[in-house]
Amino acid sequence: MSDTLPLSIQNNRRMEKWIRFDPDRTLRLAVGKVELGQGNVTALAQIAAEELDIDLSRIAVLSGDTQDAPDEGQTTSSQSIEVSGKSVQLVTAELRARVVDRLAQRLNCAPGEISVEDGVFCRGDAPTGHDYWNFVQAEDFAAEIAGTATPKSHTAYRVVGKPVPRRDLPAKVTGAGFIHDMVRPDLLHARILRQPNRGAILTAFDEAPVRHVAGGDFRVVRVGNFVAFVGADETVVQRAAVAAPAHARWDKARQITPDQQEAAWLVGKPTNERVHGDEPMTDPPTTVVEATYSRPYIAHAAMGPSCALAEYRDGVLSVWSHTQGPYPLRAALANVLGLPADRIIVRHAHGAGCYGHNGADDVAVDAAVVALQVPDQCIRVLWRREEEFGYEPFGTAMQVTARAALDGVGKPVEWTQEIWSATHVQRPSTGGNMLTHEALPTPPPDPKPTDPPEAAGGGGTRNGRPLYDIPVRRILHHLVLAPPVRTSALRGLGALPNVFAIECFMDELAERAGVEPVVYRLSMLSDKRARHIIEDVTARSDWAARGAAGSGRGLGMGWARYKNKAAYAAVVVEVEVDQEVRLKRVWCTADAGLVINPDGGKNQLEGGIIQAASMTLKEQVTMEGPGVTSVDWSTYPIMKFSEVPEIETVLVEAPDQPTLGMGECTFGPTAAAIGNAVAHALGIRIRDMPFTRERIAKVLLG
Amino acid sequence: MAIDLVVNGASRSVNVAETTPLLDVLRNQLDLKGARYGCGLEQCGSCMVLVDGTPVYACAREVGTVAGKHITTIEGIGSVATPHPLQIAFLDEQAGQCGYCLSGIIIEAKALLDRNPDPTRTEIAAALDNHLCRCGAHPRILRAVAKAASMLREGAAA
Repeated sequence: MSDTLPLSIQNNRRMEKWIRFDPDRTLRLAVGKVELGQGNVTALAQIAAEELDIDLSRIAVLSGDTQDAPDEGQTTSSQSIEVSGKSVQLVTAELRARVVDRLAQRLNCAPGEISVEDGVFCRGDAPTGHDYWNFVQAEDFAAEIAGTATPKSHTAYRVVGKPVPRRDLPAKVTGAGFIHDMVRPDLLHARILRQPNRGAILTAFDEAPVRHVAGGDFRVVRVGNFVAFVGADETVVQRAAVAAPAHARWDKARQITPDQQEAAWLVGKPTNERVHGDEPMTDPPTTVVEATYSRPYIAHAAMGPSCALAEYRDGVLSVWSHTQGPYPLRAALANVLGLPADRIIVRHAHGAGCYGHNGADDVAVDAAVVALQVPDQCIRVLWRREEEFGYEPFGTAMQVTARAALDGVGKPVEWTQEIWSATHVQRPSTGGNMLTHEALPTPPPDPKPTDPPEAAGGGGTRNGRPLYDIPVRRILHHLVLAPPVRTSALRGLGALPNVFAIECFMDELAERAGVEPVVYRLSMLSDKRARHIIEDVTARSDWAARGAAGSGRGLGMGWARYKNKAAYAAVVVEVEVDQEVRLKRVWCTADAGLVINPDGGKNQLEGGIIQAASMTLKEQVTMEGPGVTSVDWSTYPIMKFSEVPEIETVLVEAPDQPTLGMGECTFGPTAAAIGNAVAHALGIRIRDMPFTRERIAKVLLG
Repeated sequence: MAIDLVVNGASRSVNVAETTPLLDVLRNQLDLKGARYGCGLEQCGSCMVLVDGTPVYACAREVGTVAGKHITTIEGIGSVATPHPLQIAFLDEQAGQCGYCLSGIIIEAKALLDRNPDPTRTEIAAALDNHLCRCGAHPRILRAVAKAASMLREGAAA
């Protein structure tokens, strides 16, 4: 039985890890998933309020704390609501059942006669005099969580399914709420001189000119090839760190050539070879067509650089971090520092937007390394802007060739998705290294090239298998072993390039077959939920009036089911193209099953659309010489307010279907819709992102 | 050296080098954490404050150049207990995801509405083009500014 429970419950079977009733008639819900700007903590509170029938205002949430909250691993992959939400639902439903059963025995009635109104137990309509706070006892928490309680029917929901405002936003519109703002006793600021690459050795560092520029006191902490500037005055240590690289000499510094920044560079490099899906046809049709698409390296590019605080007092290391996973970070810190995990406490604090594995964990290690050298002080490390852009793990470049063997009417009977990609996950728990660790006297072994397993949705292969009714669907995955920069998880992993390739190629195949592209898709799509979102979004965007290609105005569509098993999204984009692409309007229909917080869900859909559009149109990490050259917002531009289109999103009502996360489901469909809309506008297809002015000019000039 | 400022209506004196960035003075000397470090390059707008009513990037502005001037930070716009209509509108529209950009954006919107009480969507977007948002909350932010403008025109207390 237990192996069917959500992982979060399997790993945290004690009720008191999750729930505590406090004397002020509140309840503390503790969760391991953390708020990254996506609103999950608010939604988890809704679920607890619903199952316990306690007013939402009485529920306080502690999230991400290795002392006091359950271990729920990483906050990734749109799993907060699917996994943590399911766990909170089962835990709170079980606690309610235990308490109500015991009260029913006391009152000599059936449990079904007892109802709960804002935490007060009633029999019939009359209060019993008992509530959670005066009736709950230790024995209600004694047994391990069985996970077998029956949650409420969705037809009885009062809080779940309603738009609820985010709990953390009032602080954030009034100037507070971030780890960057934390002040602790004995606070010292620190900045880092970064090792330019793994293996580079600091052979000389001229301190005098750095001290001159800094204009104040600071201490230099050096451990191996890790150097930190530490002092009471943030302005001084910042100036030192800005000046320092010019006065440092490194041996074994790498040299990157500009061709390495392109996806095409990946082809022909050493790889692990993986094959997934059906056996190839023994006698395929002779008509085979293919097209190749690509996306370059992209950055998370959080608005606020990574930040962490650490203090080492009495043999205990306390770390505050905007990590996605406090427990995994604790394990990584223990490994890097050689401290036992039970001497390390990691507490989550809010950072700037997180879209995957960014610098959050690395800066926490920076702070911890300094804290061990400078004990009994609180060390606050903030990365510089160029450090954030230069050293965060990037979303890998990908090249994808879609190849189809076509039947007599131009429909694919065999589809091969051939993918070249570096790894999408290099966390310490999956073979990667912490940045700082590589600079320490005993660096870790070379990172191991891995990628998430297919059961977890895959990495480079994510969404690589089209969901159309095609008899044979195969994936050839070339996992490139040594990309020029560190790569790791970025929103959607391989879903964006794969859906871009599949959905653009479908438009190309439809054109070849002489069939309208939505009609072509629906002719080989039996999934009813998929058909519904496509029909809805095309109806709302007046797809039928789309007109001929080449007018300069284009309408394009793309859809996907995220990870081929999670939320569905279909997106239509209207563009105007002359020298550059202007997004005019976007329509989106998504089906995410039972929605906990519809407004929060729509916020995620919209955000995914805009971020994916920004990547598709504008973004590329550039590199040359010692490292990354896109180190500020002028060299790594993102979408601006005046470039953002009107967006209309619709959530399909599907309360009887399991809840599915929405943070990533619009990513691939948006890129594909833009690709198809630009092709419709121009009458010429662009297959390589980003769709910059330079690339459009090149394609138009042939 | 001592530098006098009027910050959120109160006279303040800080003893720092006049080349110190205004942002560092606000955050570290005056404990006003609302203006945020984003890039230090006047590119992202996270640090925006008003100097005598005009939006100014605080990250690269030397404090000596604003001596004697009136500085307004997000803390001077309103609080959780007494929010400004802009802050009410941002909460009504749930106009944010991570929220790191919001201090600067609300400051910029305040300056916009002070000079143009009834801006179009295009005018709001143009005014906010000095600000970046990575989460993609733009449509909600544009709606929130328009809503605040409407609330202010109808007499909401600023």
